[in-house]
Amino acid sequence: MISSPLQLCLVFSSLLFCIGLAGALSRSNSILVLLGIELMLNAANLNFIAFWRFGPAPSPATGVIFVTFSVAVAAAEAAVGLALVIAVYRRQRNIRLQEAVRLKG
Amino acid sequence: MTTALLLLICLVTLGSAATAMLLRNLIHSVLLLIGSWIGVAIFYLSCGAEFVAFAQLLVYVGAVSMVVLFAVLLTRRSRTDVTVSADTVSRAWSAVMAGGAVLAVLLYGALMTTLPAASAHGPAAPVKQLGAELMGIHAASLLVIGMILTVATLGSVVIASEEPSGKKEDAP
Amino acid sequence: MMPSTPQDSLLERAPQLLRDLVTSHLPEPWRWFANSLIAMIVILAVFGLLFAALTLVERKVLGRVQNRPGPNRTGPFGLLQPIADGIKMLSKEDIVPRDADHILHFLAPVILLASTVMAFAVIPYGRHLVPVDLDAAVLYFFAVGATTELAVFMAGWSSHNKYSLLAAMRALAQLISYELPLLLSWVPVVMISGTLSTTGIVAAQSAWKWGWVPTWNVFTPWGFAGFAVFMVAALAESNRSPFDLPEAESELIAGHLTEYSGCKYVFFFMAEYFGMTALSGMAVTLFLGGWHAPLPSLEFIPSYAWFGAKLITLLVGFIWIRATFPRLRIDQLTRFAWKFLVPLALINLGTTAFWSLSFGWTGPLQLVRWAVAIVLVVVPFIVMGRRLSSGVAPRTYSYAT
Repeated sequence: MISSPLQLCLVFSSLLFCIGLAGALSRSNSILVLLGIELMLNAANLNFIAFWRFGPAPSPATGVIFVTFSVAVAAAEAAVGLALVIAVYRRQRNIRLQEAVRLKG
Repeated sequence: MTTALLLLICLVTLGSAATAMLLRNLIHSVLLLIGSWIGVAIFYLSCGAEFVAFAQLLVYVGAVSMVVLFAVLLTRRSRTDVTVSADTVSRAWSAVMAGGAVLAVLLYGALMTTLPAASAHGPAAPVKQLGAELMGIHAASLLVIGMILTVATLGSVVIASEEPSGKKEDAP
Repeated sequence: MMPSTPQDSLLERAPQLLRDLVTSHLPEPWRWFANSLIAMIVILAVFGLLFAALTLVERKVLGRVQNRPGPNRTGPFGLLQPIADGIKMLSKEDIVPRDADHILHFLAPVILLASTVMAFAVIPYGRHLVPVDLDAAVLYFFAVGATTELAVFMAGWSSHNKYSLLAAMRALAQLISYELPLLLSWVPVVMISGTLSTTGIVAAQSAWKWGWVPTWNVFTPWGFAGFAVFMVAALAESNRSPFDLPEAESELIAGHLTEYSGCKYVFFFMAEYFGMTALSGMAVTLFLGGWHAPLPSLEFIPSYAWFGAKLITLLVGFIWIRATFPRLRIDQLTRFAWKFLVPLALINLGTTAFWSLSFGWTGPLQLVRWAVAIVLVVVPFIVMGRRLSSGVAPRTYSYAT
């Protein structure tokens, strides 16, 4: 069924993506949702590196540079997301997503 | 040898990620997720992308993990309680079904397409060439990423350090 | 480990000859495995013994600086003191608080020691003695160093003690603040050497100017500033005085290590000394020319002896600084990192860029190049130093005469 290492890597990254997706959709704690999003970003990076390693690449460094940029952007997004979580906590004293329903503030 | 190593990395990373999403103790979740990030870094190393593996370790395990842990500790319900309240069963089931549907589509795409033949060694990406390309072709992207990081850092400091205003909010 | 060339002296090739004596009869994949295993065992043994000796040397040097003899009862000149300390620590009871998180409490010293020992893998100890020759070796070293912060948090959190947690937060704030000057201080070195590989950086410092002045990075203006910033940040990263607030006994007892006893406490202690040694080894590689001799006529002394001599000099420097300076408060040390070291390191990047672009200047322009570089290093130091300590009155001393 799995005929090459590339297919194994693609299955791996798909599974990781869907674990992240299911986790982000089902938990109601904001920090766990952010962790699910980080897992999804990591799965996408895994995909890039799998194709860089096993498939033909336009230039030897393209995949690596893309993944480096993606890691940097994910780190920035994690920082901003967690600052937002702290700001939401300051208003409602817990971080359940269901209670963050008002635009005023 | 390579396939066995890949399988081992897969199992460890997927196992720790799945357990991280299921636990109720938030600190344990975060630590298991850090374990899965380390697994991803080992995957990058096994593919020969050394620079990205060390960048992943430095950024995710060294920095993002600290931000997440600080956020967990600053948003605790009480001094000693970092447990998360249980989610409803229906929510969990609908999330699993949504994840399962996406997984089915992705697996169909991954397993049914004929992929190009794998090369024996990966492309060589010495760090010097990475640097030359970053400063050459991708210089504009590098500047944009620098600006994104600066703005994100400044913005998160501003958002997280708002002084709480004096008046209480009226109930609607 | 790299193959040796025939014209190296016997002492130089001795470690490899000894290793080949043991492993040369093994078939090929096993031989690589056995070579790596021997490298790991030798590193652990040498640096473990260095750790034991360093604890004694520290107490003797601190004693002499404070006008007292230091330990001199156990064995001649106190030489058996590390053994006595080891026996004492290992025979203590291992107490874990009842409400502590047992798994995390156990894992924290393990992870700390593991990541600190992993950092020893990329330092070139001699001409043919680098355990792993990576293309991005310097990045690996500091990535592994960043992993140690996680263990500090785990130690503070798992003890279920609010003072441990507070101290762990302070220790993390210190570690994160000083990581930035630490990383910025070696970027100029990589810029000039053109490679992230440690063997490449040592090879770039291998010439002698005018026949007798070594071209080590510390003998250039930007290298001197980078070396100074690196050593200060290394002091803070390994929690040494004057930045040892996380483990000061007069502060929150032992900080994040309060609930640790016996063997686990030895692991934390060992990880601190190993971290100090690894950072000194990296400073020797990046700034002090690695395993090169200072004069070409002294090249007959084997390269690992020169590396050891430079390493021990830096370690004694660490101990000397501990004996001399008072401890800094947490706000003083974070202010020092963010408002002084980071701008200085960034300006150093600019100075190095100027140095690299003016590489072709010859004759009297060389003096101009040196003068401009020295001004670019000294003036920001003085200006920012004055601004940071503004409002502090000049020190007046009153002696007991």
